[in-house]
This record gives sequence, structure tokens and C-alpha cells, in this order.
Amino acid sequence: MSQTADSVLDQMEHEHSHHGPRKGPLRWLLTVNHKDVGTMYMVLALVALLVGGVMALLIRAELFQPGLQLTQPQFFNSLTTMHGLTMIFLAIMPGLTGLANWMVPLQVGADDMYWPRVNNWAFWMLPPAAIMLWIGFFMPQGAPGGGWTLYAPLSSTYAPPSIDWVIMAIHIMGISSILGALNIILTILKMRAKGMRLWDMPLFTWTWLITGFLLLLAMPTLAIAVTMLLTDRHLGTAFFDATNGGDPVLFQHIFWFFGHPEVYIMILPAFGIVSEIVPAFSRKPLFGRTSMIWAVIAITFLSAIVWAHHMFTVGLPVEAQVLFMYTTMLIAIPTGIKIFNWVATMWRGSMTFEAPMLWALAFIFLFTIGGFSGLMLADVPADYQYHDTYFVVAHLHYVVVTGSLFAIIAGVYYWLPKWTGHMYNSALAKWHFWLSVISVNVTFFPMHFAGLAGMPRRIPDYPLQFMDFNMISTVGSFVFGFSQLLFIWLIIQSVRGGKKAGDRPWDGAKGLEWTLPSPPPYHTFTEPPSPQTVREEGPHGYH
Amino acid sequence: MMWKKLLLVPITLITAAQAAAQEEPSAFNMTRGVTEISRDAFDMHMLLFWICVAIGVGVFGVMTWSLIRHRRSRGAKASKFSENTTVEVVWTIIPVLILVGVAVPATAVLMKTNEPAPEPDVVVDVHGSQWKWEYVYPDEDISFVSNLASGSRDASQMNAKENPADNPNYLLDVDNPLVVPTGKDVRLRITSDDVIHAWWVPQLGFKRDAVPGQFNNADIRIDEPGTYRGQCAELCGSGHAYMPVVVEAVTPEEYDKWVAQKQEAAAKEAKQASAPYNFEVAMKQGKNVYDSACASCHQANGKGVPGTFPALEGGEITTGPVDGHLKIVIHGSEKNPVMQAYGDKLSDREIAAVVTYERNAWSNDTGDLVTPEAVEAAR
Ligand code: HEM
Ligand SMILES: [Cu+2]
Repeated sequence: MSQTADSVLDQMEHEHSHHGPRKGPLRWLLTVNHKDVGTMYMVLALVALLVGGVMALLIRAELFQPGLQLTQPQFFNSLTTMHGLTMIFLAIMPGLTGLANWMVPLQVGADDMYWPRVNNWAFWMLPPAAIMLWIGFFMPQGAPGGGWTLYAPLSSTYAPPSIDWVIMAIHIMGISSILGALNIILTILKMRAKGMRLWDMPLFTWTWLITGFLLLLAMPTLAIAVTMLLTDRHLGTAFFDATNGGDPVLFQHIFWFFGHPEVYIMILPAFGIVSEIVPAFSRKPLFGRTSMIWAVIAITFLSAIVWAHHMFTVGLPVEAQVLFMYTTMLIAIPTGIKIFNWVATMWRGSMTFEAPMLWALAFIFLFTIGGFSGLMLADVPADYQYHDTYFVVAHLHYVVVTGSLFAIIAGVYYWLPKWTGHMYNSALAKWHFWLSVISVNVTFFPMHFAGLAGMPRRIPDYPLQFMDFNMISTVGSFVFGFSQLLFIWLIIQSVRGGKKAGDRPWDGAKGLEWTLPSPPPYHTFTEPPSPQTVREEGPHGYH
Repeated sequence: MMWKKLLLVPITLITAAQAAAQEEPSAFNMTRGVTEISRDAFDMHMLLFWICVAIGVGVFGVMTWSLIRHRRSRGAKASKFSENTTVEVVWTIIPVLILVGVAVPATAVLMKTNEPAPEPDVVVDVHGSQWKWEYVYPDEDISFVSNLASGSRDASQMNAKENPADNPNYLLDVDNPLVVPTGKDVRLRITSDDVIHAWWVPQLGFKRDAVPGQFNNADIRIDEPGTYRGQCAELCGSGHAYMPVVVEAVTPEEYDKWVAQKQEAAAKEAKQASAPYNFEVAMKQGKNVYDSACASCHQANGKGVPGTFPALEGGEITTGPVDGHLKIVIHGSEKNPVMQAYGDKLSDREIAAVVTYERNAWSNDTGDLVTPEAVEAAR
């Protein structure tokens, strides 16, 4: 449709800056270059991680002791709500999209994304959305406090005015994600180098292809849910208003039909990253490549039919509970296959432990622990006890922090030398790793115990018997938070200079991205890679 | 002390698994509880836990072995294999078998847990409301509101003079607990008057959401007399941490006595409510209404919560013109839906009494006596 308009614009762009980026401050505003856009996504994700992290530390500081010390309950609820929304929509998702923008064209041998101009738009929707999200803190009655799940009627009838801004922000972020997803899908399907069959694609590209489709399913569903909230608030509908014949449970069904796929949107690309790194540092091909891809596809399908496992206590018919218990348990099978395959990749390898590998290994260990608690949560009779306790908070953070976030950090350490052309200080990177991995467990492991002992989630104050666990968690969270300053320092150093990285800084790494110079030229593959290179760098190149 | 407790983790978990009956809830593990369904849930939980431990030992064992033995620094050479159909089939089938092994007991327990009692002995309607629980016994003609006990409430304020640690059941104590007989089938019909809450007592073994417009039944049968404590488990607004659930299970004889007592008290209150209306009666009746309907936000001492709930002591509305005061109680707040309209929940006389109380309690000595007629006129 706007394809021709786009290509005209792109051509203009091209003529302006044939050999490099545009000069001056407009470079970043107008850039359509996939590497620039990728960089901007990564910077935004880092900023959001800090903002959301400060909120998490405020939460943890309040919970250090029983009693209220820092925050009033309503402000505390705003903090948990905004922490969740910020981390999911502005830290993890843009982080993964940023990696895709940088790496997908490099991995498939393309010169840019399919729609470079749309790529720029999709990114620039996010900063205004972030402001709309956070501005609630400065509005009368403060930011919404209904949790990132926005359950009605707490987030419709009983919400402060700022909820309308949050809903608009979610709409914008959703449109941005959909455009980003379409762009990535089309880049992968239409711009692959000659000789690269679908089954030969690198795993990171594969997982993003599937994630792209999942985004197209999930984001419109979220848009529907929050639009219904909005019309309930302002246009006199009563979808979720029981006093006028509506049903609050309907909101939960729609929300989780988005929400469960959403957690896979945050983890599938992480699987992809780990599947790149483990073979590279084991110096062996990925074990069971085909079953890895099928496992991702299976997980994607299953993720669309398990949503009600977030609603076991809401009063569903028992038959429905049984059904959702079974489908949820099924996810353990493809997930297990993936973990076994990673372990088998390491088996009889020749392993070294550079920073990316350390983070990938921590991912496998800790994500598995998150998987175990997930299996336990799937069991309905036990979930009647676990539901909405700190056991869930522990589970959620094992999959999302030591899962998604650790994989993103692993990916940054893996590809940063390629992006900047410089190595980072690997001793410091190891400090970053060990401090993070120890403190993250000190933070989240005790939450399992607090939950089992009966501590509900989302409370600003708690009974005395939960005190020790909360004190430990809080200490851990501050160490974890401040350790991330090392990460930022390492990135800045590597951007500024340092030891030259060379084209292939990791001897075991395979893939088209490593055939380019570091940093890659502004117009990535000005000459498409030859079919021979594609073959050598593909999965069969190891043999 | 913290660390010693942490060392106890594995020991506690193991003994907990074996203990036939566990008196006190553990600090580290799920409670075994005092109902059949709570014990079933506990057994399910421990089964799952040990399965996870076993799988974890296997997977992490192999992984750790590789990390130690197959390092390049030890001279390990990478082999080239990348496929082995037999292995892959085996490690797909074994998890399937494990899952079937888990699903069978889980389904059985689930069906049993959800099986309704054929003929409940006692029925209680449980209403969640921001931020208190109301218990209605339709057959006994009893109803009362259960609020966070004032000791916890005072200690939970920011900069409170009271110390939370001086309250043995901090945030787990109420003024009026739910009372039920032991050894009988009790049916709870759980619903909500405003947002979604969840009624949860860990030792009874399950939680049920309180959803507006819907009754969720939960049948419980408690074996041992005792006091069992829990909290609201669904985010329901700023008072979410402050709506504990306390259940007192007593012998059937004691229960009958309690019912008689409650009925007597209700009769007395009804009498009070029909006694000739004067200042003294209004203040007494007004305090009852205030404590059950208003204190959960504005506090028993009328000081509110700064920044969240306005203080009534010396407040603009409570010491200003009576009309404005009546308007907000009857119609609720336009700005903030948390201050609901009490017009259809309370009678003219109750509203008159509570407004009189608010205007004269604490240091608000306005001297106003608001009459039921004035309320009727203001509606
Ligand atoms: C320093 C790291 C982090 C700490 C200490 C931390 C801590 C917390 C705490 C204490 C809560 C509130 C739990 C509750 O009361 O229900 C919470 C909620 C949450 N966190 Fe984190 N968190 C961290 C990082 C992350 C990251 C990276 C994500 C990425 C997606 C994330 C996602 C969430 C979500 C979705 C919630 C639920 C929010 C809600 O209940 O509405 N967190 N976190
Ligand atoms: Cu509640």
C-alpha cells in the first residue's frame, strides 16, 4: 500500500547519506537505518530498566520491615503497577526488539529491514508512550494502582483519572509492537540471502519469526481489553460492571488471552539467544536443531490455550479447571526438550566461559527453576494455595529476570564487540555476572518461602512472620540493582574504544553476522553474501 | 537468627513431608492445615516438590558434569554430534509419563475439592468490600462486619507510635471473626460488593475470589477447634493489606451458644435503633455504624490516612454545613469512587446517627444533632 511511498522516501534517504549516517542531531530522529533504530531501542530499554528498577527498589525498601516507612499504600500500589508495566512494555519487549533490529538483517544477510521508514516510526512511538505511562505519578490521585493486570472494576470504576493515559500508552505501544513484528516477519521471509532456506536460519531469527506471529495475535487482544475498560469508564458501556449486568471475569478472560502469550513473547527470543551462545562456547553444533524449532512452535500453539490457568480461583467450572491444568502441564514437554537439548549441546563440548556464556548458563539453571515452580503452579489443588502469593512473584521473576533479562544481557555481551568494534573489559564483566547472579537469587529465592508461608503479593505491609525473608530479599535487590551500573559502564567503555574486536571475536561463533567487519558498515550487506558463505556459516557448516 | 533459620530449610521440608499432622504452620513451607482439602493440597505440593528435586538433580547433575569435565582448559576436544533420535525420543517420553503420574492424582484431588457437600449444616454469605468482610448467616439471622483490629490498625500507620512487633497477630487480627462449628459442613457463598477480593485462609486449604455479581461456593469442614488466620489475596485497592480473614472454629455446643449470644445482641441493637431518638442514643448508634462502615478508611480515631483518606476530625465537611456532610454520605464522592454512596446501604436513622457521631466525636464538638427526617429530606 504505502510501499511505493516508502521506497521513494528511502531512496531520498539513500541519496542523502550514501556512505554513512546523516550529520547533526536529526540523525537519530530521522534515521531509517536498522542499526541506528536497534541502538535506540536498546538505549530506551536500558533507561526503562533503570526507571522500573528504581521503582522495584522503592517497593523493596518499603518491604524491608513491617509497618509503613516510605510509601502510603496507594502510592505503593502505583509503584508495583508501574514497575510491572514499565519492565514488560518498555524494558524487556523493546530490548528484544532492539536485538532483532540489529541482528536479524545481519543474520539473514539483508541490507536493512523490509520497511525502514516504518521501523523508525515504530520506535519513535515509544518515548511518548513512556511519558504517557509515567505521567500518572504527577496527576491528581496519582498513577493507577490496579496492578499491571488492570483487573476490572478496580481499573475501570475505581481507578484514578491517570488510567486513561495508561490505556492510551498501551494502545500506542501495541501499535508499535505490531508494526515492529510485521517488519521483522517480512524481513525474514522476503530478504533472506540466496541459499538460506527457512530451516537453515539461525535460531535467534527463527524464534523472532515465531514471536512476530504471536505478537500479531496478542497485541490486538490487549487493545480490545483496554478499549472495553475505556468505554466502560466514559461511554456508559457495562462490559465489566456487575451492577449493570456486566461481568468482571470477562475482562480476565480477554486479558489473559493476551497475557499468557505475552510471557512467551518475552521468552521465545530469549531461547533464541541462548541457542546461539551455547553452541558458540561449546564449539559444537546445537543439539537437536529441528526439535528445538518444533518445540518453539509447539510452545507457541499451547500458549494460546492455557490462559485460564491464571484464573483457577475465580470460580470456573471444575471441568474447565481440569482442561486448563492439562494444557498447561503439556507446555513442560517442549520446554523440557529445549533444556535437554542445551545440556546435550554442552555435553562433550570444548567449553570456555566468557561473559556471554556465563549469562547463558545462568539462564539455563535459573529459568529451569522458574519452570519447576511453573509446573507446581499448574496443579490446581496446590495452586489454590499458591495463587496470588509471593510464590508467584518468585516464579514470575525467575522466568522474566533470570530468563528474559539474563538472555538479553547475554546477547548484549555476545554481540557488543560486533556492534562497537571494541572488546569490553572481561574481568569487569565477570564481576558484573557474579554479583548479579548471586544477588538475584538472594532477592528472589526467599520469596518462594514467603509465599508458601502465606504472604499475599501486592501488599505494602505484612504480618510479622514474613519479616526475615523480606529483609533478605531487600538486601539482595539493592545489590542486584547497583550491580547493573557496572553493565552500563562496560557498555559505555566499549562504545568509546578499547581493544579491537576483530570480525569474529569468539572463535566458536557461526553465522553471517561474523563475516562482516566489526562494526559493520553503515549499509550492512552492500553486497549480498555469497551462497557459499551462507552455506559455511549455516547449521551444516560445522561438519 | 535469620541464617540459622535458613539452614533449617532442608530439614523442615523433609520433616514436613513425613509429619502426619503438623501443629504450627511452618515458616518455610506450605501449611498442612486443618481440613481434608488443605491436607490434599499439601500432599500434592510435596509430591510436586520432590519430582522437581529429582528432575533438577538429574538435569543439573549432567550439566555440572559437562561444565567440569568438558572444558577446553582441561584439554577437552569438541565432538561433532548434533543429533540422536533415540535420546530425544526417550527424553520426550519420560516427561510425558511423569506428567501423567502427576495429572492423575491432581485430577482426583481437584474433583474431590470441588465436590459440593450434599447438605450443608451452616451457610454463610461472605461479602468482600473495600476493605472489610461482611458475614451473613441467612438461617440464623445474624450478620456482622469484620474489620482489621484496632491494635494492628494503629500500628500500621506511617510514623505510628505503636510498634507492629508489639502486636502478636499484626495485620491478622479482626474485631469480629467468622465463627463456625467443627466437624460440620459449612458452605461459604462468597461474593463482593465492589471490586474483586479473595477470601483465603491457608490452613483451610484454598482461596476463592469474591467477584461482584457472582457467588462462588466453597465448602469446608474443619476438624480441630482453633483460630485460623489469612488475608485478602486479590489486589483490591489501597486497603488490600488490611483486610484479614479470621475464622474461629468452635465445638457445635459453643457455636450454638455463640449464635444465641449474637441474636441477643442483634435484638438489643434493634431496640436501640427504635429507641426514641436523642443525642445520646444517636451517638451510641452512630459509633456502631461508624466502626463497621467507616473506620476501615477514616480510622477509628477519625484521623484518616494522610494523602489517601481525608481526616474527619476537624475536617472541612465534618465541621462545615450539615448539608454537605449528608450529601457525601448519601451520594458518595464525585471525585473518588472509593467513598461510596451509603444512601441505599444504611437507613435514614443510621445515617443520621453516624453523621451526628462524626460531627461530635473526637474534637469535633459541633453540638449538631442530625435527625432521620433531615436525612430523608436530603436524599
Ligand atoms: C531488581 C530487579 C527486580 C526487583 C527487585 C523486582 C521486585 C518486584 C516486586 C517486589 C514486585 C511486587 C510484587 C507484588 O507485590 O506483587 C514486582 C512485581 C513485578 N515485577 Fe519485578 N522486580 C525486578 C525486576 C523485574 C523485571 C526485569 C521485570 C521484567 C518484566 C519485572 C516484572 C514484574 C512484574 C510483571 C510484576 C507484577 C506487577 C504487578 O503485580 O502488577 N520485574 N517486582
Ligand atoms: Cu480485598
